[in-house]
This record gives sequence, C-alpha cells and structure tokens, in this order.
Amino acid sequence: MRVRDLQEVLELELIQSEFEDTEIQGGYTGDLLSDIMAHATKGSVLITIQAHKNTVAVASLVGIPAILLANSRPVPEDMVEAARKEKIAIFRSNETQFTLSGKLYTLLSSF
Amino acid sequence: MSTIPINTQESPPFLLDLIYRLKVKDVMTKEVITARKETPLRKIQHIMKEKGITGVPITDEEGKRIFGIVSMDDIIRALDGGYIEESAERWMSRNLIVLEDDMPLQFAISYLDKFKYGRFPVLNKDRELVGIITSRDIIIALLVEVNKEVEKLEQQIVQPPSKPGEEAWLLYNIRKYDFENAGKASAGIKKLLIERNIDPKTLRRISIAAYELEMNLVVHSDGGTLSFRLGQDRVEIEARDRGPGIPDVEKALEEGFSTANEWIRSLGFGAGMGLPNAKRVSDEFSIESRMGEGTIVRTVIYLIVPP
Repeated sequence: MRVRDLQEVLELELIQSEFEDTEIQGGYTGDLLSDIMAHATKGSVLITIQAHKNTVAVASLVGIPAILLANSRPVPEDMVEAARKEKIAIFRSNETQFTLSGKLYTLLSSF
Repeated sequence: MSTIPINTQESPPFLLDLIYRLKVKDVMTKEVITARKETPLRKIQHIMKEKGITGVPITDEEGKRIFGIVSMDDIIRALDGGYIEESAERWMSRNLIVLEDDMPLQFAISYLDKFKYGRFPVLNKDRELVGIITSRDIIIALLVEVNKEVEKLEQQIVQPPSKPGEEAWLLYNIRKYDFENAGKASAGIKKLLIERNIDPKTLRRISIAAYELEMNLVVHSDGGTLSFRLGQDRVEIEARDRGPGIPDVEKALEEGFSTANEWIRSLGFGAGMGLPNAKRVSDEFSIESRMGEGTIVRTVIYLIVPP
C-alpha cells in the first residue's frame, strides 16, 4: 500500500497533496513528540491529534511520509506549508485514533 | 562617573573602526527643539516634559545661532532658587561645549567622558546649530551598527563551507519558546548528514539527539546555542544555555519526569522523555548544570568508519 491509497481505503480528507508517494511500512499512534521520535519507524504513517508544525518537524526527522490527523482536528496553514516543503502528506478524519489505528493495522496486516 | 569603556585602544578593532568611521552628523538628532533668550524657564520646563528631552539650546529666531543651553539641572536650580518664571537669558549655561558635525563619533564619546554634560549641541563649519547629540543617540547608533556586524558574523558561522570528507560544524541560536523555528537546527543537521551519506541507523540516532536537545532549549532554557560538529569518526552535539539550570540532574534524566507546563504539554512536548531519549541514542553523554548560570549537555555519537 502506498501513501496515496490511504485516502480511499480509510475515507480520509486530503489536506496536503504534494508528497512523495512511497510504500507504507507501518504505523504509529501517539501525541507525545518525544515518544514518536523514539519509537516510530521510518516509512510509518503517524496517527495523531497534534495538528501543528512541530509534528511535521518530527515526522521529517523520523522519515514519516504521511500524518493522519484524527478527530477532525483543525489544521493550521503553517503546518500545511511545512509539510509541503518536506513532501509529507497530511490527511484528516473525523474518526478517533483508536478506530483509525485499528483499520490501518488490519489493512497493513492483510497486505 | 565611570568612563565609557569602548573608547580605548584595547577595544576590538571593529568598534574602534566604527567610532572613527561614524560622524557626529550620522548619529545626532537633527530636529533640535530650541527656545529664545526671552523664553521663561517655566516654559522650557514644560517643553522638556512634553518632548521628553533634558536640554534645550537657546538660539536666535531661525534656530541657527546658539547663545546657550538650558539643561534639566538649570531647571532644578531655578525651581530651588525660586526664579523659574524668569527668562532663559539670565540663567542659561553660556559656557558651551559644542561638537562639529564632521567630527568622528569618537569625539562625542570622549566629550561625554570628559565633561559632565549629557548632551552636546552640534554645529556645522559655519557655526550654525545643526543638531544635538546625547548618549542615547550614541547607544542607538552603536547598537544598530553592532547588530549589523553580528548578523554578518552569525551568517558566516551558520553557513561555514562544508566539503565532503572534511570536518564540518554548525551553530544555531535557539530562543526560548520559539516554536515557530523549533526543529530547524535538527533539520539542518540532518540535511548535512544526508549529503555525507551517513548510514540510516546512525542518522536516526543523531537526529533524535539533535531534536531532543534543540527542543529542550526551546521548552526549558532561557535560550542558548546548539552546536554540531561532524568529525572523521564521530558526531558531537552540544546544547549550551543561559539558564535557569537544572536543580536535580539525576531526576531530569528519569523517564517521565518533566517540569513543563500545561500549554507546552498540549503541544506534545514535556513528556519527560527528552533527556532520556538523547542519552539512550548517544555513545557518550554528559550534563553540567549550575543554577542561575545554565546547562551544557554534550552528546557524542560514533560513526561507522569504513575499513
């Protein structure tokens, strides 16, 4: 599964569309940036409610190709801008982190 | 009164060059507020209060020929002596010390040292009043010039030439609570390492250490610098701040211990994982901290050197 496939299979709103369409290696769910930094692996989708540009900084350092914002969090423009520069996709969903994580886990396991 | 300490031969050449390069006319206030000989001292007192100035030259109608100056001291003496309603002519200071507009700024600094006055009228070569110079004018002019120079130096420091195979170093200034620019230093470090083809696992460890130390400066310090050195077999990152210091370093290294406030936590920081994370990915790690002085965190990560 690739980054662009996420939108359809998880019924997401695409917020930042200028991204590198890489193969998804896994997922990580969390809101503590240090925890994400320490444990998320390269190529993982990040499921979070931290909708601000520091999340993009962490994603970029870890090598996360897509950020998936849960609970319909409002997205500040500077976050979108930062993600565009880093070629990281941003998606948004009205579902919770639990539901999104479950769905993504099932999808990735079946591939 | 102590002398201004920049006006000596021991000062940095840049400063000496600056105070000789700048002319009095580059620094002085050109809009001079003047009064006439017949102006009552009371009126001058009001002018001073209204304009926020401490000295008013007494001139002819055109404001060109100067006869004297009334300073705050003269006003205080007039209030004390009960002649505040009298005109300036009798009580103004006639013993004028003036500067010429073409003189280097150094003269103004030296006059401030030599004479007790807080301001000097500035005349052109035709002896006409063209401005007034105070220590405030000098401070502002010097700050502006020094800032320009520091900016130039910082740019040189932050962007040193870096060639493949050679050592490289980067230095970033990090400000307290500057979440706008937070992460830029770590991103810059990562970019340099990618150019140098550092292996991905080591790159990740370095990125984590750099980011955690950078965010510690943003979240917890009163500001400081993050320096990065890429050597032949190692990377060194040093976070150096101006305070406030860590009261209990052992405690700060415990996972989950955090002193961050609520709004910082709401941004996803302050989980108490910063220093433990940085330590975990480092091959060498040390903290020196003094309360009221600051903290220095050093980490070293070894590079895999191809045989």
